[in-house]
Amino acid sequence: MELYQGSLEVKEIFGRWLDEQAASNYGAYVPFVGIIRAEDGIEALSFDIYEPILKKWFDEWQARAMERGAIVKMAHAVGDVPIHTSSYVSAVFSPKRRVALELIEEFVEDFKANAPIWKYDVKNGKRIYAEDRSTPMDGAGLLA
Amino acid sequence: MITVEFLGPINKAPIEMEADTLADVSARLKEDTELTQWLEKCAVAINDSMVSDLSVLLKEGDRISILPPVCGG
Repeated sequence: MELYQGSLEVKEIFGRWLDEQAASNYGAYVPFVGIIRAEDGIEALSFDIYEPILKKWFDEWQARAMERGAIVKMAHAVGDVPIHTSSYVSAVFSPKRRVALELIEEFVEDFKANAPIWKYDVKNGKRIYAEDRSTPMDGAGLLA
Repeated sequence: MITVEFLGPINKAPIEMEADTLADVSARLKEDTELTQWLEKCAVAINDSMVSDLSVLLKEGDRISILPPVCGG
């Protein structure tokens, strides 16, 4: 798991991951790239991350992937990420394509629901919490 | 004494309090009207492990995190 200040260097990250696994004999490498779209007049999105719980969430996913003979990778941006650049990339390596294609969907969807990351729209230099696009994590409401 | 910290957009300084269980923490946080709107949407972690049971016994120095709705990517 990798965290970076600002936009991700997508080609460097994907190229490096590919090189790292060059001798691992995986038959499939499925990458996913999240790109900030220009909409509602935003200049950028901005992100807060709580790294200790993100790391645990990721490590649990890595263990699940390994049970299926695969590995998962991810990188995410912290702070402001301008439109048309990338804030999030992930990938799955597996011996055969089917596991990688299934896992990338499960991994990205659970990431959206349970990774401790908070998103803000940046408009006129101001950060506004993207509350309407955010999802309560599993177990939310315990203290209500 | 335990510490309660508020993550992401809640934007509130940590609070220290005496509490034996999460139920005690809940009762105390509900006294703050600014927080009540957040509590129903927030998940909870103790020392960075997510929890789902109010009866968990707390110990001296525990750190409780309040996690509002998320949106990565």
